[in-house]
Amino acid sequence: MNNFSYTQAGSAKEATAIRKANPQAAYIAGGTTLLDLMKANLEEHPQLVDINMLPFRGIEQTPDGLRIGAMERMSDVGENPLVLQQYPAISESLLLAASPQLRNMASIGGNILQRTRCGYFRDAAFPCNKRVPGSGCPALQGDNHNLAILGTSDACIATSYPGDLSVALAALDAVLTLENQKGKQRRVPVTEFYLLPGKTPQKETMLEPGELIVAVTIPAAVHARRSTYLKVRERASYAYALASAAVGLDVQGGTIRSARVALGGVGAQPWRSREAEKILTGAPATEATFRAAAAAALRGAQPRSENRYKVELAQNTLVQALQKVAG
Amino acid sequence: MDTEPKFFETNPQSGSVGQPLDRVDGRAKVTGQARYSAEFNNLPGLVHAVLKTSDVAKGRIQSIDTSAALKEPGVLAILTHQNLPKLAKTPNDAQSKKAIGAPMGFLPLTSDQIHYAGQAVAVVVADTLERAQHAAALVRVNIAAEKPAASYEDPKAELFDPQKVQDGKTPGHTVRGNPKAAFAASPVQLTHTYVHAINHHNPMEPGATTAHWEAADRLTVYEATQGVTRTQKALSTMLGLAAEQVRVVTKYIGGGFGCKGSSWPHTVLTVQTAKAVGRPVKLSLTRPQMFTSMGHREDQTQTLKIGATKDGKLTALIHEKTSTTSPWDDYAEPNSRIINLLYACPTFESSYQLARANVMTSTFMRAPGEAPGSFAIECSMDDLAYQLGIDPLEIRLRNYAEKDPSNGKPWSSKSLKQCYARGAELFGWSKRNPKAGATHDGRLLVGWGMATASYPVHNNQGTARVRLYADGHALVQTGATDLGTGTYTVMTQVAADALWITPDKVRFELGDTKLPTAPNSGGSVAAGTVSSSIYMAAQDVWQKLIKQATQDKKSPLFRAKPADVVVEKGRMVLKSDKTKGEDFATLMKRNEMSDVEGSGNGKYGAGYESGLAAGPADSGHQDDMAGHSMHSFGAHFCEVKVDPDLGTVRVTRWVSVHAAGRILNAKTARSQIIGGSIFGIGCALMEATKRDQNFARYTNATLADYHIPVSADIPEMTVEFVNEHDPYINAMGVKGIGEISMVGVAAAVANAVFHATGKRIRSLPITPDKVLETKMVQV
Repeated sequence: MNNFSYTQAGSAKEATAIRKANPQAAYIAGGTTLLDLMKANLEEHPQLVDINMLPFRGIEQTPDGLRIGAMERMSDVGENPLVLQQYPAISESLLLAASPQLRNMASIGGNILQRTRCGYFRDAAFPCNKRVPGSGCPALQGDNHNLAILGTSDACIATSYPGDLSVALAALDAVLTLENQKGKQRRVPVTEFYLLPGKTPQKETMLEPGELIVAVTIPAAVHARRSTYLKVRERASYAYALASAAVGLDVQGGTIRSARVALGGVGAQPWRSREAEKILTGAPATEATFRAAAAAALRGAQPRSENRYKVELAQNTLVQALQKVAG
Repeated sequence: MDTEPKFFETNPQSGSVGQPLDRVDGRAKVTGQARYSAEFNNLPGLVHAVLKTSDVAKGRIQSIDTSAALKEPGVLAILTHQNLPKLAKTPNDAQSKKAIGAPMGFLPLTSDQIHYAGQAVAVVVADTLERAQHAAALVRVNIAAEKPAASYEDPKAELFDPQKVQDGKTPGHTVRGNPKAAFAASPVQLTHTYVHAINHHNPMEPGATTAHWEAADRLTVYEATQGVTRTQKALSTMLGLAAEQVRVVTKYIGGGFGCKGSSWPHTVLTVQTAKAVGRPVKLSLTRPQMFTSMGHREDQTQTLKIGATKDGKLTALIHEKTSTTSPWDDYAEPNSRIINLLYACPTFESSYQLARANVMTSTFMRAPGEAPGSFAIECSMDDLAYQLGIDPLEIRLRNYAEKDPSNGKPWSSKSLKQCYARGAELFGWSKRNPKAGATHDGRLLVGWGMATASYPVHNNQGTARVRLYADGHALVQTGATDLGTGTYTVMTQVAADALWITPDKVRFELGDTKLPTAPNSGGSVAAGTVSSSIYMAAQDVWQKLIKQATQDKKSPLFRAKPADVVVEKGRMVLKSDKTKGEDFATLMKRNEMSDVEGSGNGKYGAGYESGLAAGPADSGHQDDMAGHSMHSFGAHFCEVKVDPDLGTVRVTRWVSVHAAGRILNAKTARSQIIGGSIFGIGCALMEATKRDQNFARYTNATLADYHIPVSADIPEMTVEFVNEHDPYINAMGVKGIGEISMVGVAAAVANAVFHATGKRIRSLPITPDKVLETKMVQV
């Protein structure tokens, strides 16, 4: 870990000004991702700007839906009654992640910006196009057991966002509020926030330098109230997903009125599947429909040497999640 | 059982041995008072060292640029192969390796060669840990990299047939009878291949060394080791010092599982660093460094051929193992040992194949050989049972070995049938659905599996010192170590009973080469050897007291023959007239003796019964060690629930019943069996270190990515012991339970997965991908 200075920012304006003056500085909230990366010398920042004092707080109903401040902690959001009742997939995605200790520390904004667990990215001794552009991707011929099969490129096959929350956010049409260094805010859907690796896997999100995540807003909907997050992993807790599915269904009289589907653990980014939603919408809520939707979701899959199993696993995960919310 | 030893039978007011006494060191541990080897922080001028390791797995160091690092504040020194103080001996040749007792025939920082990824290339010392870490990151190592060989699967790694494996302990080839002919003639033939992932011990406490040169020729090392004497020998030999010039102290260990059973390079490198900077130096390995500094269980493939009759009696066992070893050593866990003796089978053959690759030498890890070997034999026995339509427990009873088939010797004791019966009863095995893939719980498939466990009682010896004070308390000392499993506690109990005092009157000290020599805590030898040596030392105390009494005119025992005096209920009494005698406190006070000291040597084969005779063990049973095969036995029963669509396996019920001689503490023993079973469940379902085949470097060397079980993976576990009296193994009749707890566990889980799904998965760990991709077999 390099030497760094530490500054507490009292406002967004203050925080962004520091970043503007020192572009190599990094914001720190819970620190559960950033400090790991710095300890492994994967990120080096001369200055850390503590943004925990920023007023990006609150879990509240708004006309646009439930607004969650970026500085709220995973545990608080996961256990919040509004989230539990109206957005069960969000709550489940948070409470199935990490460990209680980490959830107590980690912020919502930080969770959204967590970085991949790809073993080649996490060890500076390996080449990695995401870490050192142009150095190569050993995962293509190496340990890709838990890497992505959708949205990848020859430059990178990491599940760039390895977590859970953004999978549920992507499914439920959540929108991020961002604030740039000029104090200007903009709204970006989670589904557009993450970038696919293409030839530039080092560019992971559309966040501009110095820009802050202020809040995330999730629209109210029947399919949000009737949603779930199913996570599959080798051990029962404290593990990233091999495959996961965030789904929401509005079923009336056996027919699906609206459907939301996103997959985790298999996509280069949280993988919203509009192909699956298209098949589900208007169709009877039957296993055959779910199977067809799952097949559609994985149609473009490009498995590698060790992760062929994820094609079947992701489909089965999706079907099981849909069965659960269909009742 | 028939004859419980008289000593404890007649010791009701003490009677501590076997009781579930709480850990005597529990309070010290939970309040942070227990000092582990990296916690001796008040040494004068203590500074911190960190290792800089190699990124690549093969090559030659061209240059090491330390200039930037040395400019950092607080940095004291950077040691590399160019300036490490010279050692009298290094393990780099076979003879020296043996003299040192080194686990690996190569010491980093003694040449410019890089042989494995993660190999130490520099030691950076600074006044604080953070400054050392930062400086290490600034050291630039320029290596001319070459293409490494990654494993036995790598065509670049040539396979060879070793003469011996496991540091010369196990022959590379063994034959008993004519197994090939027997197999060919067998009406039932099974040939299956089993794959075992690389496993790492991952104790909670990492490897850690604090080295303090108190004078130019006097060294004290606080070391995370399972054996202070072994470390002392390794260090003194490498340093060219006499053993007594090196003191090794290990007061507490946070788990070892074998990786702390040898002296690995970081220890002597820390010692040399302390010498170079002239100050005490502390080094604690990081978690990623734990994956490349203290050995591992090697990646391996086993092929097992089983020949049997139509009624399920074994006729032939042919076992082949191929595994990866380092560039220097012929190490392989001896899997064949358990396969050769677990069941009655007239013929047997085993052979080992090794491949040299750019990895460090693998080492013993909990039940080395027995754990993976039992996976092969116990899955194949399950196959045989299904193929012949025989209950898996019944097939094991049909092949029950009444004597050791590997050498024809009788067992010193074997209570496996009782373990099977009790385990089956506790589990409800009789209600088992004989059909695989046919039991459901909602959408989940339910399966039951079982497996046999066995582990040898290794021959070892050690000494202890017991000092009994006239006021009724005792100081008991031996240079053993406590891995965290309860040595402090059980030895306190043993001493209390042997001296007829209560455990709170015993102060037990261990973990220091200043104390009498005890063996490594490894191979399940500590409990038996150390308890026996304490028991014998206490008998020595009694003999001295009896002698004193028989020479004391004021004693009721005056002029009695010492041989006619026995100790009963804490009193020395005449055998012929037990009303005649006195207690030790009376005798000692009258004679103004403040204390009396005894020493004892506990060894395997000395004989349980002879140990009972007050006094040094006679030679009556000395030959029994050679005359008997000494093993613990047990059985595991497992229920799993498998999601057939997601491939997830969860263990939902567990029963382990073991017979391991005398159990010293019901609570710590139960905990140890639970721990070993969980260790095995981890091995069965999730533990795998992934080595990239192009870079020969691990890709998941963290505890976030190398999965071990969490609490949510483990159900309520039922553990019982069968009461077993073994008159041959040692004075206390203790066999040890550290390793057997894990033997057979992976097979019990795999067999349950088969019963649940009809899928036979022969590759560990059994992860969702394998469950999904394995085809059902028709039975």
